[in-house]
Amino acid sequence: MNNKIFSASIWIAVALLGASALCGIALNRGESINALWFITAALCVHAVAYRFYAAWIAARVLIIDPTRATPAERMNNGRDFIPTNRWIVFGHHFAAIAGPGPLVGPTLAAQFGYLPGTLWILIGAVLGGCVQDMVTLFFSMRRNGRSLGQMARDELGAIGGVAALIATLLIMIILIAVLGLVVVNAMKHSPWATSTVAATIPIAMIVGLYMRNIRPGRVLEGSLLGVILLLLAVAGGGWLDNQPGLRELFNHPGLTLAWAVIAYGFAAAILPVWLLLAPRDYLSTFVKLGTVILLALAIVWMQPTVKMPAFTQFIDGSGPIFGGKLFPFVFITIACGAISGFHALIASGTTPKLLSNERDIRMIGYGGMALESFVAIMAMIAATVLDPGVFFAINSPAGVVGNEAAAAVAKISSWGFPVTVEQMSLLAQQMGEATLFARTGGAPSLAVGMASIFGSAFGQGMLALWYHFAIMFEAIFILTTLDAGTRVGRFMLQDMLGNIWQPLGRTSWYPSVLLTSGLIVAAWGYFLYIGVIDPNGGVNILWPLFGISNQILAAIALCVATGILVKSDKLKHAWITGLPLTWLVIITSSAAWEKITSPDVRIGFLAAANDLAGKLASGVLPPEKAASAPTLIFNQRLDAALTMFFACLLWLIVLDMLRICARHLSGKPVPPLSEAPHHVTQLEEAWQRD
Amino acid sequence: MAKRLSRLLLHGWHILRQLSGDDAYERYLAHRTACHAATAPLSRKEFFQHEQQQKWSGIKRCC
Repeated sequence: MNNKIFSASIWIAVALLGASALCGIALNRGESINALWFITAALCVHAVAYRFYAAWIAARVLIIDPTRATPAERMNNGRDFIPTNRWIVFGHHFAAIAGPGPLVGPTLAAQFGYLPGTLWILIGAVLGGCVQDMVTLFFSMRRNGRSLGQMARDELGAIGGVAALIATLLIMIILIAVLGLVVVNAMKHSPWATSTVAATIPIAMIVGLYMRNIRPGRVLEGSLLGVILLLLAVAGGGWLDNQPGLRELFNHPGLTLAWAVIAYGFAAAILPVWLLLAPRDYLSTFVKLGTVILLALAIVWMQPTVKMPAFTQFIDGSGPIFGGKLFPFVFITIACGAISGFHALIASGTTPKLLSNERDIRMIGYGGMALESFVAIMAMIAATVLDPGVFFAINSPAGVVGNEAAAAVAKISSWGFPVTVEQMSLLAQQMGEATLFARTGGAPSLAVGMASIFGSAFGQGMLALWYHFAIMFEAIFILTTLDAGTRVGRFMLQDMLGNIWQPLGRTSWYPSVLLTSGLIVAAWGYFLYIGVIDPNGGVNILWPLFGISNQILAAIALCVATGILVKSDKLKHAWITGLPLTWLVIITSSAAWEKITSPDVRIGFLAAANDLAGKLASGVLPPEKAASAPTLIFNQRLDAALTMFFACLLWLIVLDMLRICARHLSGKPVPPLSEAPHHVTQLEEAWQRD
Repeated sequence: MAKRLSRLLLHGWHILRQLSGDDAYERYLAHRTACHAATAPLSRKEFFQHEQQQKWSGIKRCC
């Protein structure tokens, strides 16, 4: 009894602390606020949600059965199906879901001020993203680890299955293009960054050869060697930057770098995985986890001050980084930090095959996403501790603020965010860069934010090193996502083409490998190319497109989950997925509507296309712009069509799910639940544990 | 005290090896001996190659 009172009072204290931290963040309208409040609010909100909401879902909605044997136990083959300790599964799952999205999204959304993004990261995660990951993991586990696409087909019918497949492939393409753009913008005219990122390729190959031929399977040895080489590459880039002859080899404009990334993507897709992809992934996982932990420690240690206001005037839609009002674009922009459809693909693939007990679902599904949302909060802090003037100077594309430094600072200062040319030059010099203007994409401003936090925690003298370490850190796992995404896209395409002509479906037949890899690379390469030549920085087009598609994939996952809940006669509780689903349908539909119909050229794709077409026809464009105008016009129209297609896909699957639910509720036949039969677990651990 | 510390460190080391997949081959051998003792297991090199090929055939990393 005493224990109960004690634990109740602890949880009341946590809830009160969280509520006051949130109120502090939300109501503060002063000059600045300590970043520790953000950390406190995030920790308390996640802790309370995990302890109560997730536990309630597990016990009352999903009705977790710890005595039921998991697929890992029943189908144990010592390889992909293998009962694994829950901390290990948590590590694998988190490494798989945590990518560059939660770092880039909050950085871009900071243009609205710190508050809207922060609130959505917290609310969206505990009510939406974490629930999606957890229920998808649960349903997939109960279906022997079936993928989201297979579950959609089994539970909703062929339409759902095909929609999920197409959405996944298209999202992959947009995702790779936008991530490629982030890397290109970080390397643009920066020999230090370019040479460091380039060095990660041979380093990965050395590690790959080491782990294959010299010491087969010695993952830790190989990774240690690789991480040391990576750190040397960061330092070596600084040396190279001071060599007049050498530095020119790595000093390139965006377009050249885009072609290099495209060529790299193709090479990586056709090279064997052991040589480049697998070793790079080990390195990126270690660097990623290490940096996230280091950043958390540095924020707690330094307690930096957030200088961005709670709201900026750009909530009216006139923001320089991307156009669009607070609603719905803050939700579309944050994307992965709050809800990520992509997680449903991970939660319905590898992870369910490793679970040793159903009880672990809450920690891995809900807890994994809560941690990811925490990473997003840290990215928000890193972006908002910068002077707002500096933040906008780094992130505003030249098409908005002009090519000249003096004009850019004048424009940004006129928005009420004072910044000077001297301040930007000094900052660039400290970071070891020629300029930091117009580095849209989020990576450089995040790197400056991280460098200043690390610098104040671990010594100011190494700012340039920290900056380039942060760039390398982002680039290395963006490139991993790019390699892995291209391969997955290739497999999906081969799977589809195999239905037309069987040999094309053989994943090891070289002509088919070359053809399908080429098609996938060409698809994302096209969007990357357009993003680079776009005068408004490409991010303005690609990130919303990515956000919309990612949220639509999440909506598909929630549709499958809601359908299963209703079919399992849990209509009373179907709101746990129905509520976030409704919200996602509202935000994606209205964002898609605005991107298609808005008369504002910075928001509406068609408005932008018509505007440019009008200018081209009347001959007011300078010759070099007139040359690229037809491509840009075509692209804007293509983007409008794509957005429309995504929205139709979403509505198709939502209506299909509603149809299945209505049929079930009125007693008509529906596809039966595809849950695997119940077996009692033989694993002793399940009985012994708490 | 020293004993407890070393046990703790050893435990941490095991977790790190398992998390990274460093001990995947040993776990595979243990599983083979327990369940399929009749056939010869793969060599360390073959196992690792197989493992990587399989690992990267599906969606393993996201945004």
